[in-house]
This record gives sequence, structure tokens and C-alpha cells, in this order.
Amino acid sequence: MWGIIINRFKQGFRTTLSYPKEVPSFPQRFRGKPVLNNTADTPCPINKSKDPLGAVASGKKLTLDMGKCLFNEDLKAICPKGILTYSQDHRLAVSKKKDLILQGEEVKLARALNEKTRKIFGRSLKLREVCAGSCSGCDAEIQAMGNIVFDLSRFGIQFVASPRHADGLMITGPVTKNMELALKKTYEAVPHPKIVIAVGACAINGGPFQGGRDVHDGVDGLIPVDLYIPGCPPHPLTILDGLLRLLGKLENKENNFR
Amino acid sequence: MKQHELYVRNGQNWEWDRIPILEEDSFRQEILRECSHGARLVNLFAYPEGSGNIRIFSMLGRDHEGKLRLLSMRIPIKKGCFQSLTPELPQAHLFEREIAEQFAITPVGHPWLKPVRYHQNYCDAPDLWPAVSSRSIPGVYPFYRVDGEEVHEVAVGPVHAGIIEPGHFRFQCHGEEILNLEIQLGYQHRGIEKMMENVSMERSVLLAESIAGDTVIGHAMAYCHLIESLSDCEISPRAEAIRAIALELERLSNHIGDLGALSTDIGFLPPAAYFGRLRGEFLNLLMELSGNRYGRSLCRVGGVLFDLDQEMIKDFQKRLLVARKDLKEICDLFFTKSSVLSRLEGTGIVSNKIAKELGLVGPTARASSCGLDVRTDYAFGLYRFHHIPISTVLSADVYARALMRRLESQRSIEFILEILNQIPDGDLQIKSAALKPKHMALSMVEGWRGEIVHVAITDAHSRITRYKMKDPSFNNWMGLSMAVRGAQISDFPLCNKSFNLSYAGHDL
Repeated sequence: MWGIIINRFKQGFRTTLSYPKEVPSFPQRFRGKPVLNNTADTPCPINKSKDPLGAVASGKKLTLDMGKCLFNEDLKAICPKGILTYSQDHRLAVSKKKDLILQGEEVKLARALNEKTRKIFGRSLKLREVCAGSCSGCDAEIQAMGNIVFDLSRFGIQFVASPRHADGLMITGPVTKNMELALKKTYEAVPHPKIVIAVGACAINGGPFQGGRDVHDGVDGLIPVDLYIPGCPPHPLTILDGLLRLLGKLENKENNFR
Repeated sequence: MKQHELYVRNGQNWEWDRIPILEEDSFRQEILRECSHGARLVNLFAYPEGSGNIRIFSMLGRDHEGKLRLLSMRIPIKKGCFQSLTPELPQAHLFEREIAEQFAITPVGHPWLKPVRYHQNYCDAPDLWPAVSSRSIPGVYPFYRVDGEEVHEVAVGPVHAGIIEPGHFRFQCHGEEILNLEIQLGYQHRGIEKMMENVSMERSVLLAESIAGDTVIGHAMAYCHLIESLSDCEISPRAEAIRAIALELERLSNHIGDLGALSTDIGFLPPAAYFGRLRGEFLNLLMELSGNRYGRSLCRVGGVLFDLDQEMIKDFQKRLLVARKDLKEICDLFFTKSSVLSRLEGTGIVSNKIAKELGLVGPTARASSCGLDVRTDYAFGLYRFHHIPISTVLSADVYARALMRRLESQRSIEFILEILNQIPDGDLQIKSAALKPKHMALSMVEGWRGEIVHVAITDAHSRITRYKMKDPSFNNWMGLSMAVRGAQISDFPLCNKSFNLSYAGHDL
């Protein structure tokens, strides 16, 4: 008993982030939102071999699909002129798949659910997590949201043990053929109205496994998705940012908590 | 006729022609003889040779000599079967099931022959289990059953209650007592091994980083070592040092996360919260180094992509010293409480004999007093010059596996501090040459779960025609089944946490 109390003092108070009031600074090497320096007069030769997943497309202007991007350092080598860099911005979640495609700096961040659904979920959102072939990297970050640093439940969001107790699913992984049926059954077990959140490059587009014989290329086409959170894996704050935006608790662009 | 013998070492490559081919019977006898003299079945896998033959390779680890004996045999596809080793050598059981599933050849006499991952075979032959490989879900296959008036069956999964990966657990129980647990995985099967043969090098390293998301550094390092070996590329001591630091940071974050999970499971929440925070500290150090909390993009063929400058080294040292103090204090709190000890001690015992029979690896094996560790036995990279002392524990229970994590975490922090003090010079990344044609190479890394093994075979055009990988989970899942045999079903979560195996690493 005394041991526990003494230890508590030694550990001190250095626990939960004051997010979203303050956003902690990310290290300089952190790879957040990609930035394309798309100036029209500098056409850049693209080295396709550095982009094996086809994240970058060169039309009139270069575009980058964040859903296909693994946020890997080597992708920068796609153009020697340094047209692609990563910023420290952790906010990446979007509502529509086409919003994942970046042209310049702007990302159309996720919109809030409609008023009616928000009334139901706004103060209490229960999610069921389904890992459908992920390497467990995304799952580890989802789990990390529950620790004392991020403390997910202070926002009224919790992960529950059964889909029947849930308001929605959070899905990771490309959806392996062997998980397809289990995922569909889990989805059916969630009562209406329900939301679906795809977390990580795999769940959005198959990630490094896209086109594989034993996997689907993400959740799309199997069940409808309401929120896409790109990353490999997305930082816990990236996931949290997406969830809070979906619930209308963060105003667009700014981090104002409401 | 006396065949010549081929011994290989970690990180070596050798010409395809040098691999001895034995008759089926002598192949079998040699494996059994080596294993009865203390060798361990490190790998057993098949390769479609063309010309209607399947080659089966076995790698027998002589742990204390730091070398492995390589044997092979040839089986005509028409024959389609070989005599199973499993009845005499239980550690072969999953390897043989894997071979049967991947190449549609039957190990005759295998006591429990069923698919491992439920997929179509790799060689367009009729599947051994056509009914299951074409369906969407594994599980339509009989489980080991115990009959009796009061015996009942508990089925769990694939979708579990927590935020974890999918797998199916089938318990045969009598009251609270578990008579048998059969673990059926395969839900996570993404077909990585096969994909490795068909994708570019730029993509295959990304695949290697996604074998198991908590072992990014371990698998990426094994992959890089393998490709570097196949192209005779000698990376700089500095790159070796940075890789080793990252590997130990990965070990620290996972071991400490596991201690937190164990505290949660026994309902002792203060250390659960502290361990959870401390785990994040190590992930954040990896993020400082590589820009990603799990170390993605750090290891690349030829070296590493990120350096440690003087300022970072100082910062790392400072943070590690704080973490070392925190770790000691939290562990002292956790490991001295009698309620913790009474929950951990004597739960989920895997005896040394069973651990050896099943070929367990990593901290799980060391907790059953098997003194094996790739960092010492088959030293690679920086570990050739800086040794980490191995810890082993005798009691072989959940307590032993928890204590292993504490001891290894302490050693890892000491190791990183030592390396940071005298980090060698050298280029971060050097250019690698083309792969050698008609070669085979082996790479082993001690990941935080244990022995990671990658093997590749190249053809005459230097293309990789077979990439075999083995995550330590592949060896250790059977250990979990044995740990809970005879235990109460309510002990399962605790035992499971004490192993914390990867589903994705097993399913590939």
C-alpha cells in the first residue's frame, strides 16, 4: 500500500496530453502530411521505381494519393528536385476517398456527421475494432489511444467487446480473403445507424499488399466507409483528430475544440 | 556413399550447387540424428525446382557452435509425398503442415495434418484440401475433440473482445480445466512470401516492414541482411550500430508494453498505466530517429536512412537514463507485490523438456531455461563485437516470462547507452550490387519475440525465386497451447499475454 503511494509520487504528474487545446510538437523527422511543391514551370522527371505503390500520379500537375502512400522516407526520392516533402502536420483524416488525393498543401479534412447522427453519437461513441489482415501496427496505435497519454475515453469514445454493443466499426488491414466473411458478419451485427472507419493505408487501398492474390484492396467495395485515416500506421493523434472531426468536436482547419 | 556436408553461418551465402542432396531416407535419418545430438530444426521448407521436382531443405541449428547444417532432398511431384518427421520430431509439425499446404505434398504419418493458413497452393497442383482452400473462412475443418459427459467446448474468435488480431481458439474443457486448446490461425494470411518473389526491391522492403507491425525493425533488418549477403555488400559499422540501437528500442517498447498488459490483466492498474506511458517513451525515441513510432523507413539495403547526430545522442542518453530509473521503480512495484506474484507464479508452465521438443525460441524459450539467443549464438551485425549477456529463468511460468522481459529490458538499455557512448564512424548507406545468380542466403535476427529467419534463393538471372521467412511466433504458438493445458480457462488471458505472439507474423 505505502509502496504504491510512494511510487505514485515518484512517477509524478506527467500524464495526459492537453490535446486538443495544445498540439504537442512532433520531432523534425516525423512524416506527417505530404507536401507537393507544385510549381507549374518546373516539370519534374518522376522516378517511378521509387513509388512501387503508385501513390504519385503525374498529369498536368503532380498529385499524391495519401491512401496509397506509406509515408516512407524513400518516396521522397521520386524526384531529385525535392518536389515531395513531409510536413509535421498530423491531421490527415478525410470523409471521401477522393479527398485523399493531394494537389498542393490543402487537405479537405473530414466533415462532421450530419446533425441527427451527431446527436446520437456526439457524446458517446462506442466502436468495435476489427483487424482484417493488418500487420497489427495500426491496431497498436489504436490501442495506444487508450493509454494515459492520449486517454481516449475523456472524449466519450470507447472500444467495446461486441459489435452488438457498438455504434460503428474501426477496421484495419487490407481485408484478407480469410477475414472477409468475419468482417461482413461483424458489420451486420452492428445496429443501425452505424459508421465505418478505415484506419491505415492497408484498409484504404491495400497498402503494400495491394493487388495481392490473398487480399482485397481495402474495405471499400465490401462495406461503406465514412472516415478514412491514412498513415502507416497513423499516429494516435491522427486517428484521434479524425474521430473528433467526425463528431464535430474540432472545427475545420483549426484545432479549436468545441 | 558418404555425402559431403554443408555448414552455413548467419548472414552467409553459398552456391546452389554446393547444397548436398540426400536420399529421402538418409535425409530423414540425418535430421533425426542431428536433433538427438542437440541440434534444433531452424527451418524446413520446400522449393519447386522445376523439372517436376520439389526440393525440401532443412536447416539444423547447432546453437553452441554458431553454425547450421544444411540438408536437402528431392521429391518428384508425381510421387507427392514423403515420410513425416513429426512422430519422432514434434518440432517439425507445423513446418510439415506448411509444406503440405504450400506445395500439395503429403507428409505421410503426420499426426494432425490440416491446413495452416487456408490458401491455395503455390504450384497449381490440386490442393490437398480443395474444400477449404476455396472458401472464404478457415474453420470448416474438424478440431481436436474430447468426448465425455461433462466435457464442453469453448470457441473464441476470429473477432476477439479486445483490440487484437484475429484467430480462432477452440478449448476442450472439463469444468474450468482446459483439457486441450487448439489454435487455428490463417485469418491474417496476406501471401507475403509469394509476393516477395514478384515485386520490386523498392516494394519488397515495404512488405518486409509489414510482416508484423510490432517487429518492423526485426524483419526489415533480417531482409536487409539477406539482400546484402546475396550482393556481397558490407555495410558500415555506423549503420550496424544504428540498426542495433533501433532493434533494442523495439525490444524495449514491446517488452515494457507486455509488462503493462500483464498488470492490466491481473487488475493492478498503477503499473499498467506507468508501463503504458514508458512504452510510449521508447516508441517516441524510435520516432525521433526514424520519423515513425515503429521505426519504418530506417533500415534499407546498404545501411540506414537516418543518422544520429551529437545532439540526438545526448538527448537519447538523457532520456534513457530517466527511463532506466522509471523502469526500475515501476518493476520494483510490480514484482514485489505478493498479490502479483501469487497470480503469476506457477501459472502456465512450459517445462524445459516441452520447450525443447516444440522448438520454442526467444524469451519464451529462455523463460524455460533454454539458453538460446541469436544475438549470441549466431551473432550478426554489431552483436559480433558487443555482446549482450543472455538471461534465463528456471521457473518456466508466467512469472518467468514476465521476469525475462524485465531482465532483457534492463540489458537493452545498458547496451544502447554503451553504444551511444562510442558510436563508430562510417557511411550511412552504401550502394549495393546486383544479386548473385544461383545462390542461397540465410539471415537470422533476434527480434523481441525471438528468432527471425529469412532465406532467399536466386535463379540464373539473379531473380529471387523463393523467399522463405519465419517469425518466432511460428515456433511459439504451440507453446501457448501447452502452457494452458491443465490450467483453468480463466488463466488463458494471462498466459496469452505472457507469450504475446503475432498472428500476422505466423500467417504471413
